[in-house]
Amino acid sequence: MSDSSLRLVWVYPDLLSTYGDQGNALVVERRAQQRRVPVTRVDVRSDQPIPTSGDIYLVGGGEDRPQRLAAERLRRDGGLNRAVANGAIVFSVCAGYQILGHEFVNDLGHPEPGLGLLDVVSTRGEGERCVGDVLADIDPQLGLPPLTGFENHQGVTHLGPTARPLARVRIGRGNGTGDGTEGAFNDTVFGTYMHGPVMARNPHIADMLIKLALDVNALPPVDDQWYDALRAERIAAAVQPA
Amino acid sequence: MAGNSEPLTPRAKLAVTAGRAAAAVSRVAGKGSGSVIGGKVALRFDPDLLARLARHLDVVLVSATNGKTTTTRLLAEALRAGGPVVSNALGANMPAGITSALAGGSDARFGVIEVDEKYLAGVARDVTPKAIALLNLSRDQLDRAAETRMLAEKWREGLAGSEAIVVANADDPLIVWAASSSPTVVWVGAGQEWKDDAWSCPSCGGVLQRPSDDWFCGECGFRRPAPTWALSGDHVVDPYGVAWPIHLQLPGRANKSNAAVSTAVAAAFGIDPKVALERMYKVQAVAGRYDVVTYRQRQVRLLLAKNPAGWLETFSLIDGPPAPVVLSVNARGADGTDTSWLWDVDYTRLAGHPIMVLGDRRLDLAVRLEVAGLEFRVCADLDEAVRSAPPGRIEAIANYTAFQDLRRKVGN
Repeated sequence: MSDSSLRLVWVYPDLLSTYGDQGNALVVERRAQQRRVPVTRVDVRSDQPIPTSGDIYLVGGGEDRPQRLAAERLRRDGGLNRAVANGAIVFSVCAGYQILGHEFVNDLGHPEPGLGLLDVVSTRGEGERCVGDVLADIDPQLGLPPLTGFENHQGVTHLGPTARPLARVRIGRGNGTGDGTEGAFNDTVFGTYMHGPVMARNPHIADMLIKLALDVNALPPVDDQWYDALRAERIAAAVQPA
Repeated sequence: MAGNSEPLTPRAKLAVTAGRAAAAVSRVAGKGSGSVIGGKVALRFDPDLLARLARHLDVVLVSATNGKTTTTRLLAEALRAGGPVVSNALGANMPAGITSALAGGSDARFGVIEVDEKYLAGVARDVTPKAIALLNLSRDQLDRAAETRMLAEKWREGLAGSEAIVVANADDPLIVWAASSSPTVVWVGAGQEWKDDAWSCPSCGGVLQRPSDDWFCGECGFRRPAPTWALSGDHVVDPYGVAWPIHLQLPGRANKSNAAVSTAVAAAFGIDPKVALERMYKVQAVAGRYDVVTYRQRQVRLLLAKNPAGWLETFSLIDGPPAPVVLSVNARGADGTDTSWLWDVDYTRLAGHPIMVLGDRRLDLAVRLEVAGLEFRVCADLDEAVRSAPPGRIEAIANYTAFQDLRRKVGN
């Protein structure tokens, strides 16, 4: 993975692409290209095998039934687990985040096994759906500026000992456990409830994935004026909703 | 079936009068047409009023994610060939607005009613429609809409056993799933550009195969029904294979599709396709949509696009480059407060157009366009956008409340 090209795999856009999830793929692609890193993007439909040679895998959000179908097909396929065993990076959002855990509650109300790539278990919350702008502080270990995103879910995700919270919410619900955590990560696997899409609001996360994949410490700077303006606006909106 | 020959009950009359009074008060107070508040008041006096008002009419319901208001208008024009029509032409499409509209048409033969997707099954129960036109279903208002497939499922349950003739788009798998519980369906091959909400079989969850214009599920056999009517380029082909030319003042493929469905519905009421289509030609703009206005000495065409499917259809009808394009996006309650859908829209289709962006969420648009590799200018308002637009008619594309803002701004 230390060659200088990037293989980006977008997992199951036919099932897990309800909330503009293509945006995360587009931002990673764009920011790699701006650094003159050649990118190959492969969109893998749920009737196709997951290639195991990717560097970065993106798994998006989806509705309840497609989420169950995606989990069934990913378990049967096994490719994503093999890729992670080979060191691949996975970034997952909302329904995708739940699928990467040990278990979640499916559309039929039953526990559905996930892929076990993240040490988390998700259930369905009793209260109101979490909808709105979120502001959170990302784990200092990752050295990133605050996380801004839009949450829209009813899930509650509990972290086990080998998963670290991706962030601590200042505003919003995040994992819905009431302890202020949002998302989870381990060495190469990340999960979040943030839409927006999250990379459009937090391009530094896209850069972090690219650096991990290329095994480099820094990337040449790019013009972030519109990202910065959007971040400032959304952080202000989270602090003081309209 | 002509006219309201049977009188309304005293209670229903009182309800109509009370509703009109409330609407009048609302108008005087400067709060719009008052049709929604009027309908609410009337329904409080007589909860069965909608059913009572509809009893005297041949009712047609129109529902969809996109194109309901325009199709309602086209169909109302077509059916006027057969008698007076009452319609909620301004898009007040929930029970209160519908009640108000029907209360205004005591001499009508036809009621042509646009219905919000979430209310279709309920309204269909109340008004016992003669026909129901179902155009398309796709993602819309992500923060609060039910799942698109669940909506199709609710329609399917609500319409099972309906006595109405259901006129439905055979090219939308979700529509086919929703309609196929009805005993009488007229399938129209009305086309659909947006495909990203129907890659999963609505019946079994298998992956749909979509070779060119066909679609089928390889696992359970659910497939595109053979349509009896079809949109074919600029023509609508009737069940006898006769191709009728569609001439509309309204632009775009989507409106031809709306016209094709309207023609099929009109035919169910004995109206000849030629007559129906000639009448549809008269429709110039619908609640400001497609209107060309002059603003600060510039021609601006107002285009409404509320969701990814709508934007896709709109991109295919605008003037080619270098026509200047203004994009305006808000995320207020009526728009849905989640803007992620911007990333489902393929903005690279605007390459070569000078682009000006505005609206409450212009910065979301700016990032979206930056990532698409397009040049654009972020503007404070329409005045700045118009000032900075190079020569040519400006195509202004806006989502729901941004569109209302534009209309107010240009005095439309």
